Amino acid sequence: MNTKADAVRAGLSRGLIEIKASLSNPAELLSGYLLMPAIFITIVFLLGDGEGEAGATAGSFVMVGGITMLLVMLGTATVTQVLGSEREDGTLLRARCVPDGMVGYAVAKTAHLAGMAALCLALMIVPGLLLVDGFALRGAVEVFTLLWVCALSLLALAPIGAITGALMSNPRIAVSVSMMPGIALVLSSGVMIPLEIMPDWVQAAVKVFPVYWSGVGLQSALMPAEYAAAELGGAWQLTRAAGVLALWAVAGFAVAQRVLRRAARHTSGSRVQEAREKAMKRGY
Amino acid sequence: MTSLSSGTPARAEAQATGALGRAVVEVRGLRMNYGTTEVLRGVDLTVRRGEVVALLGPNGAGKTTTIEILEGFRRRSDGEVSVLGTDPDRGDERWRARLGVVLQSWRDHARWRVRELVDHFGRFYAPYSEEGRTRPADTDRLLEVLGLTEHAGKRVEDLSGGQRRRVDVALGVVGRPELLFLDEPTAGLDPRARRDFHELIHRLVDEEDTTVLLTTHDLDEAEKLADRILILAGGRIVADGSAEQLTALVERESEVAWTVDGARHLHTTGSPARHVAELYRVHGDAVANLRVTRPSLEEVYLDMVRHHESGAAERAAAEFGKEIR
Repeated sequence: MNTKADAVRAGLSRGLIEIKASLSNPAELLSGYLLMPAIFITIVFLLGDGEGEAGATAGSFVMVGGITMLLVMLGTATVTQVLGSEREDGTLLRARCVPDGMVGYAVAKTAHLAGMAALCLALMIVPGLLLVDGFALRGAVEVFTLLWVCALSLLALAPIGAITGALMSNPRIAVSVSMMPGIALVLSSGVMIPLEIMPDWVQAAVKVFPVYWSGVGLQSALMPAEYAAAELGGAWQLTRAAGVLALWAVAGFAVAQRVLRRAARHTSGSRVQEAREKAMKRGY
Repeated sequence: MTSLSSGTPARAEAQATGALGRAVVEVRGLRMNYGTTEVLRGVDLTVRRGEVVALLGPNGAGKTTTIEILEGFRRRSDGEVSVLGTDPDRGDERWRARLGVVLQSWRDHARWRVRELVDHFGRFYAPYSEEGRTRPADTDRLLEVLGLTEHAGKRVEDLSGGQRRRVDVALGVVGRPELLFLDEPTAGLDPRARRDFHELIHRLVDEEDTTVLLTTHDLDEAEKLADRILILAGGRIVADGSAEQLTALVERESEVAWTVDGARHLHTTGSPARHVAELYRVHGDAVANLRVTRPSLEEVYLDMVRHHESGAAERAAAEFGKEIR
């Protein structure tokens, strides 16, 4: 009998239980799921005086910026926070105490992140489609593009969050450490602020990082056809986006795997106890 | 009483026949250094099947380090260690499935419900059943044995300290372990919860054919729970035996106190009976308030702990070793 199959199934059910728990907690529901869509749809309506095509482009540009931001937050801040705090409170160690526990844990975290991302993205995208002019999925190709860009973006970003969460001893500081570069990239990669107004070196530099390419993919899926044709340069750009994101994902997973193994090996009862005492002394 | 298994308890068998069970844990010359600090300096210990063994020692003596090495969570600096026939540094998942671990402090899974949590961790053991040991234990029966049935639907964060600790034990034994590690199992519990907990461990051991190695800094707890006590101090095992055996080993001189004509006297001697006889021969009925005290194991142990905590760990261990042999 395959022993790993039980662990995978147990992991999937853990992911589901955790998503349910986060949805039944009002504070988490609000800050984790509803806040971002509310903010970005509000911004669109505050900016929304532009009539016709320009207005449609501006509105959908902001929404796409919001989705990119959401992906970055999920991949970095959320992953760091979950991993850091579960390392500190002993959840990770508990997983080590049972056979194949780490397999189950990894499956659970993946399922948790995927499920949470699907919900968050739906909460952002569906109201956007209904309320924001120009923000639309024109056909099956765009739906497909949206799905793979989101999936690949998370795969590229999550290892970064995981590495930070595994390396930093204070999960609360780790969250800001992993969020800061993400926000800097969101601001400089032409997803919130047009890229043209950035200095040339910034325009060149951001193309090395995943956030720019997530933006390119999402814009081509969700913005008006004219904008996509004029600004993004068609299928070639999408291929490059897929390539860069995949490269980050592969490299990230290779590093994350080693770092996580090390973190798991180094967790023990007395270390969890130490971390707890430190946290109590710090008061946060 | 609800039984989790129908197997014959090896413990009862071993106690009835006086035969020694096979060694479940064997440690020879275990050393552990953190940088230049030597925490363990050659620990030797054996735990046999069906035994409940307490590793007793002051805080900071290396009890947790020892147990974490045995659990496979920490790499030792030197020495030979075998747990269920395997070196913990090379233990695989099948080996892990035969162990139960209850660590010192847990605050994980606060938002999970009790039954949900126990059931979840039980699932990992399903592929690791062995002959005569179906894994995992039935969740509802386990909750019943642990007195958690009425709390099954509660969130872990809403439990009292004693209930929370019982959930920890449930998670430690849900895989029906052959060997259970308990690290300071009753630290932070009130006396009543503590007594309940001791009863619970006895029940589990009797019904489940589980060998137990626990750590504690409390002699009273070791006496109540364990068949055999190992005292760890100064990085070594300085005493090994049942509570009665250890008490008998205490050779410190007794104190004789008395008053004659209102004056109080105190004399320390290895033969108190002779001294008392002498007193009566000399003073006759003038001897009053006679009191003879033989130091208990507890006093000797507490002295050792005091020395240990005042920084003279090695000296304390050596002195204790002298007094007890």
